[in-house]
Amino acid sequence: MSQPGRQQHDVIVVGAGHNGLVAACYLARAGLDVLVVERNDYIGGAAVSRNLFEDYTYSNCSYVCSLLRPEIMRALELPKHGLQIIPYDAGCTMMRGGGHLALYDNHDALRREISRHSPRDAEAYDRYSRDVMRQCKFIRPLLLREPPDPTSFKPRDIRELLYLGARFHNMGEQRMYDTLRFWTMSAADFLDEYFESEIVKAHFAGSSIIGTALGPRSPGSAYVLLHHYMGDIDETVGAWGFARGGMGSVTAALTSSLRSSGGDVRVSAPVNRVVVRGGRAVGVELESGEQLSARVVISNMDVKRTFLNCVEPEHLPEEFLTAVQRFKIRGSSGKLNIALGGLPTFPAIPAGCPALRGDMHITDTLEMMERAYDDWKDGRWSRAPYVDMLIPSQIDPTMAADGKHYMSVFVQYCPYELADGPWTDDKRQAFGNTVIDAIAEHSPDFKSLIRHAEIRTPWDIEREVGLTEGNIFQGELTMDQLLFNRPVPGYAQYRTPVRNLYLSGSSTHPGGGVMGAPGANCARRVIADFGRASA
Amino acid sequence: MTADAGYPTPPHFRKPLIDTPFHDRARALSQNDQFVAWAGYSTVDVFTTVEQEYFAIRNAATLYDLTPMVKYRVAGRDAERYINRLVTRDIRKLKVGRVSYVVWCNDEGHIIDDGTVFRLSETDYRICTAERQLDWFLDSAIGFDVAVEEITASVAALSLQGPTSAYVLKKFGLSGIESLKPFEFRIFEAEGRSLMVSRTGFTGDLGYELWMAPQHATAVWDDLMQAGRSRGIRAIGSQALNLARIEAGFLMPNVDFISAEHTVRMHRERTPLELGLAWLVDFDKPHFNGRRALQKQKAAGLQRMLVGLDIDGNKPAHNALLYANPTDETECGFVTSAMWSPTCKRNIALAILDTPHFEMGRRVHADIYLHRELVWERRMVTATVVERPFFAPERRRLTPPADR
Repeated sequence: MSQPGRQQHDVIVVGAGHNGLVAACYLARAGLDVLVVERNDYIGGAAVSRNLFEDYTYSNCSYVCSLLRPEIMRALELPKHGLQIIPYDAGCTMMRGGGHLALYDNHDALRREISRHSPRDAEAYDRYSRDVMRQCKFIRPLLLREPPDPTSFKPRDIRELLYLGARFHNMGEQRMYDTLRFWTMSAADFLDEYFESEIVKAHFAGSSIIGTALGPRSPGSAYVLLHHYMGDIDETVGAWGFARGGMGSVTAALTSSLRSSGGDVRVSAPVNRVVVRGGRAVGVELESGEQLSARVVISNMDVKRTFLNCVEPEHLPEEFLTAVQRFKIRGSSGKLNIALGGLPTFPAIPAGCPALRGDMHITDTLEMMERAYDDWKDGRWSRAPYVDMLIPSQIDPTMAADGKHYMSVFVQYCPYELADGPWTDDKRQAFGNTVIDAIAEHSPDFKSLIRHAEIRTPWDIEREVGLTEGNIFQGELTMDQLLFNRPVPGYAQYRTPVRNLYLSGSSTHPGGGVMGAPGANCARRVIADFGRASA
Repeated sequence: MTADAGYPTPPHFRKPLIDTPFHDRARALSQNDQFVAWAGYSTVDVFTTVEQEYFAIRNAATLYDLTPMVKYRVAGRDAERYINRLVTRDIRKLKVGRVSYVVWCNDEGHIIDDGTVFRLSETDYRICTAERQLDWFLDSAIGFDVAVEEITASVAALSLQGPTSAYVLKKFGLSGIESLKPFEFRIFEAEGRSLMVSRTGFTGDLGYELWMAPQHATAVWDDLMQAGRSRGIRAIGSQALNLARIEAGFLMPNVDFISAEHTVRMHRERTPLELGLAWLVDFDKPHFNGRRALQKQKAAGLQRMLVGLDIDGNKPAHNALLYANPTDETECGFVTSAMWSPTCKRNIALAILDTPHFEMGRRVHADIYLHRELVWERRMVTATVVERPFFAPERRRLTPPADR
């Protein structure tokens, strides 16, 4: 176990977010001596459960779980360490002036529901699901593989390129065209190929903008939509669920798994810099001045924070640093965590409808969604924001006392920098009020039930969680920043220009979401480079 | 109009399946409460016992609720041109008053669905399908002066099948029904109700399908049951029908093939040639969907094909893998439908076989697993590729048909 003071570890991981912990777990299981250092006084990064008001539990950053790879949960024995994922089975978009579109698990119920808006769309939905599933089938096996370097002639890279190429080729001609189009087109164009009803398109387009500084009409947004479908719960592809106890239970289980393999986490240990000697990372220096030495340093911070803040530039190639500087990591999302005295009513949704237990939305046209994006481009929060709101306490009894409810409201769009100057407490409150007013239009008793609300802007998320600009994916999920281009062309294999310094965060392939794949892939790379425990 | 106009009671999230107009009658006769979902409706799987229901098909007369069959009206100046481009058969040859069994494909020649086309007039057709097709039918309508409308809910349908079915219809009051030939239909008007009767079915036996407005459904059901009482009529569920259709060699969507609209994995689609439906593909007619791909496949030869199998022993080869050589277990195909045929006294199956194993008379080996008193037993038996249908009685075509 680690103690303060000069000590040699095999590996130091900077940042106790889920990917850092996943990497640490794998390395500890390989017999290495691993220490995770965390700036905050709590573990979890953006996968946390926090008690900020009475006995309500907030998943105050990430709030639902789908993408966490089952291979990782199994290998790290996370269920044994307390992790339970409970799927939810519905969702809805409420319309201005009443009415709604609900999504149900039951195929017949879903067909009849979509038919209310368009009989044709009810059938097109099957074609849409098929095509999305085809793309997922192509991409999902790539998640837990290291992307190849297309410029390298090393056997491994050539093998991986051949694997990619063979998978692509095996899709058949028509699907190859579909894939190329899919990876570059806008969500709106993609959805237009299937649906005629505005409400149907608006509902499905939501996944294409979450966490992304793109609008539904921006090229590349179709891929983001896919990214949200890539997960599964117990083989139900695209299913989303709640981590019982909030998202912090993911990182709590990882921490427990890590400790059971002999690793440890040190909180309240902010890193000042990665110590580099002779082009080699040899440890970290904490803000307290304390130095911790290690054979390998893994930064779970995003690529910008790592190289612009924590590595001295003289150790880095100029072009690499320029590419890092240019890496797109724009903040576009806010979050409200609300303690409710009771369950709010939504008159648009019929009583007993399971949609109330799933993800609820209030953006009923693509136009409205694009306008919300326009506000972001103008440097202000959306006046009519897109929200992804859930009341997990209806399903997870641990989140609030009986009869009380916790509501998680993810908000798109909210800028990191406002056109009219820096964020202030008043502006944050005004942003929160905008969101609350928008929800209240669909729920007359909502405001009167609010007992506490935590309002988080991208600026807050950067300050508190450490994600640059508050970007939830540690960098945008556009084609120029995916696969072998993520984070920076030439450095997609978890290595960096500094020897023995690796990246494990969502800035690396395959990107964001509480997936764990970057952390697992990074650990595999470190083990390949250093071997298992040498001692 | 509010956006939630037409919200069903009870709401579909509480009761996803719809009852057919025959539901009350079906529930009254259902002894085991064995209902299954079919195209969004709740229908009976087994009323009493599968065996009794099956033998009623081959020995007497049976009523089967066909309402969930998806139905479209295709009408307009270009209806014939539209359907002719859609399906692989030459629909120009279909005369008013006749029905045709058809399949339709995507551009790659992969089957989207099969169904029947009824020509009601020069410009008015009905297409019955297994799965909903509005999305595909509307996409296919670009450039044609044609209107496509789903009419499933406004047409109730019953299938009356079995050797006494013609007699039952005569007794029911349809005079002249005996002159109706296979794949013909006629509209009978009686007591203010209009009844369309086609000599079609899914049993390979003498039989008819009756199409009516939902408000007449229960009266027609009651009158048919009354007319057929002395001739052994009984209501049947989907399981008995499934046995009859395997004997007849008919294909069941999502069992023997899957629509190209639903396949996610590669090479799971099927072309009509691969399903042994080459007789449905007319290369002499002008362009139709999938023509080029099918022509190419025909020239190149088939990699796999659906065939009938006659299997040794009497244990149905459900889901069996098929091996070319039983010792090294090299897979050469798999069974899609299987049964012991009570009428033919043969152990039969439909199967997809790789080339060259699908050639008539070839032998392969079926790997049959039997679950007996909680213990799995394995049988490796010989299976021979044979002609289908397995059962095709003369009475199915005879016009006028026999009374029994």
